Amino acid sequence: MISVTLVRRIAARPSIVFDALTTPEGIRCWLGPDEGPVLIAEADVRVGGRFRLRFRKLDGSEHESSGEYLEVRRPERLAMTWRWLDAEDPGVSRVEFDLRPVRDGTELTLTHSALADENTRRSHEEGWRGSLTKLALHFQTTRKKRVS
Amino acid sequence: MVNSQMRLGRTFAALVDPTRRAILTRLERAGTATVSELASPFAIRLPAVMKHLGVLDEAGLISRSKSGRTVTVRLRAAPMREALAWLRRYERFWSESIDRLAAYAEAREAAARAHPRKRRR
Repeated sequence: MISVTLVRRIAARPSIVFDALTTPEGIRCWLGPDEGPVLIAEADVRVGGRFRLRFRKLDGSEHESSGEYLEVRRPERLAMTWRWLDAEDPGVSRVEFDLRPVRDGTELTLTHSALADENTRRSHEEGWRGSLTKLALHFQTTRKKRVS
Repeated sequence: MVNSQMRLGRTFAALVDPTRRAILTRLERAGTATVSELASPFAIRLPAVMKHLGVLDEAGLISRSKSGRTVTVRLRAAPMREALAWLRRYERFWSESIDRLAAYAEAREAAARAHPRKRRR
């Protein structure tokens, strides 16, 4: 399995960060790889609830993802399935946010994992938790904020 | 349909093992190597090395050609490129998103401190 992990310190308490991750108002302010607008931010934030997100990049292309919330524990953990609407990256992946309180803020750890193959996709929960081998690429954002 | 995630999965499963990563690193430097050259730095026996090479071959990461009694191993870059493209795509997507998320949350935090009565749980 392949995953991307990102750790970021944020000068805001975990509940505020959690709400930024889960409210449509918050999502509209941050989702996307560039400054293009968020067009759809629908989130039914409960276990089994679904979300749908659509954003436009500055190059004009639009991208949509949707999925289901697997874990919702305000303010420390959020996990969901993730699937792009376009065929560029087919299959279901998994996104997890862990929020840890630190002095004057929050340490956010994001992990986005792809599933190894169609078989593990079909048995997805078991596959994720169980036998999959994992190669995690850990990196820190270069602009890691100092929390003073 | 040959699913790109299946290919990615094979590539990354092959990359999980440190011996296999060391073999690839060596091939990356040298271009090609014989099986015995690849086996020499490792404290494992030739059959174990052959097994690792089998996994790398199935993942499309190397190719093997036989000439007489010598097997030459060659690096194939395409699956690695695909895997790295996946990583880069998500790395960029999330690091940009999380930077803006941080800015938004920090503005909310500042606002909550300026107006403590509105402070949320």
